[in-house]
Amino acid sequence: MAVETGTITVKRGLAQMLKGGVIMDVVTPEQAKIAEDAGACAVMALERVPADIRAAGGVARMADPEIIARIMDTVSIPVMAKCRIGHFVEAQVLQALGVDYLDESEVLTPADEAHHINKHPFKIPFVCGCRDLGEALRRIGEGAAMIRTKGEAGTGDIVEAVRHMRAVWDGIRRLQSLPEDELPAEAKTLNAPLEPLKETRELGRLPVVNFAAGGIATPADAALMMQLGADGVFVGSGIYKSDDPAPRAHAIVRAVTNYNDPAILAEVSRGLGEPMKGLAAKGLSQEELLATRGW
Amino acid sequence: MTTIGVLSLQGDFVEHQAVLRRLSADVRQVRTPDGLRDLDGLIMPGGESTTLCRLIQDFNLYDPLRAVIKSGLPVWGTCAGLIILAQRAIDLDFPTLGALDITVRRNAYGRQVDSFETNLSIPAIADGSSRPFHSVFIRAPVIEEVGAGVEVLAHLPADAGPAATSTVALRQGPFIATTFHPELADDDRFHRYFLDIVRQQGRGYTPK
Repeated sequence: MAVETGTITVKRGLAQMLKGGVIMDVVTPEQAKIAEDAGACAVMALERVPADIRAAGGVARMADPEIIARIMDTVSIPVMAKCRIGHFVEAQVLQALGVDYLDESEVLTPADEAHHINKHPFKIPFVCGCRDLGEALRRIGEGAAMIRTKGEAGTGDIVEAVRHMRAVWDGIRRLQSLPEDELPAEAKTLNAPLEPLKETRELGRLPVVNFAAGGIATPADAALMMQLGADGVFVGSGIYKSDDPAPRAHAIVRAVTNYNDPAILAEVSRGLGEPMKGLAAKGLSQEELLATRGW
Repeated sequence: MTTIGVLSLQGDFVEHQAVLRRLSADVRQVRTPDGLRDLDGLIMPGGESTTLCRLIQDFNLYDPLRAVIKSGLPVWGTCAGLIILAQRAIDLDFPTLGALDITVRRNAYGRQVDSFETNLSIPAIADGSSRPFHSVFIRAPVIEEVGAGVEVLAHLPADAGPAATSTVALRQGPFIATTFHPELADDDRFHRYFLDIVRQQGRGYTPK
């Protein structure tokens, strides 16, 4: 062999290098620089953060490649970008642009209500959202190299992120309690492919890296998700919708590294100013929920 | 018992830990200067080099890590860990630890789409067989200059594209470094090689 690119190992491998880190939503090169200086392990290049997507309404699409390219030119950390669920041409465009990771995201308006993107043929890796183990395994079966629990983006309310992370781990613990001959029926119940399900049972965790997303607004929120078993966190609106983004970004990075050390968490949480005002997820109508997009 | 510290600020430290445990080493996750006490060896894992440098400063680890290097404790850096051990890292806005007389350029193969796997011949870790070492390069750095006191352990093969024949593994005294990730390979020979260096050294390190 000479060299092989775009393999499942290198796709999953980049996510492994991001573990224990914070991926931050940014909409300008200046914000990307602030994120990098604060210690972000990657940035998500967007046209609007989820809270503003919510406020604006209408159809949310892939960001202007011009914005993404300028952000790629500004920082040395990996740059991710979002495409709509099922919109494989947006994915092709973003791959051609050279982004490092693609998020097939429920935060944008879905392009296909029946099918997610077949992610295997792409050379760049995909991260996808999930609410429970079955959804995670469906995405892995389609070729996702990284998973994030969905939470409820743009709310600053952690409750859905907690629900989804607990659901994934509940599903894994249940798998481990089952005898092998009951796994096909469990796969049927979860509506999940059997092979990644077996691999998950053997490993005692998902076979890909799993971050938490959707509602993280404080260092304590980030550490909560880490203690619940996340490999790292995405912070979207929580940083740039707060009073003073740079110190908050830096504090969340330090909190994720030392998520099990309450003394450090207390130290980094001091004097950060007002967090984003937020939106209680319970107060949202069914149509306003983003997490229910995709299947 | 041999105790290996793994710098656990960010990155794939758990993967290193898993291989070391398989090889019956005692492993400690290091996040504070105190964690560097009584180690027999230290691994700097893969991750994002700017993030790791930021956190080394935030948690006051820079001077203690310099002291570890100065003491001659065996240290191994993989990918981002190699960048932090280098004397010269191009375009990095943070000071490095200066253990290795090399010049390194970050993300020099291109973006993630250019990350790759290949087989390497590494005589230093040979176990009697000629089995190649399967190596995974993730947004890897390129070593542009190697000082006279540095022993090159592996090159990319001649048919490996634009960066063919560049140095990807090296040793300088008690320090080793790889631009790829042996912790992602299903092959523990590189970790065994490091543990052999640690055992030859044969003493624990205690910071003053």
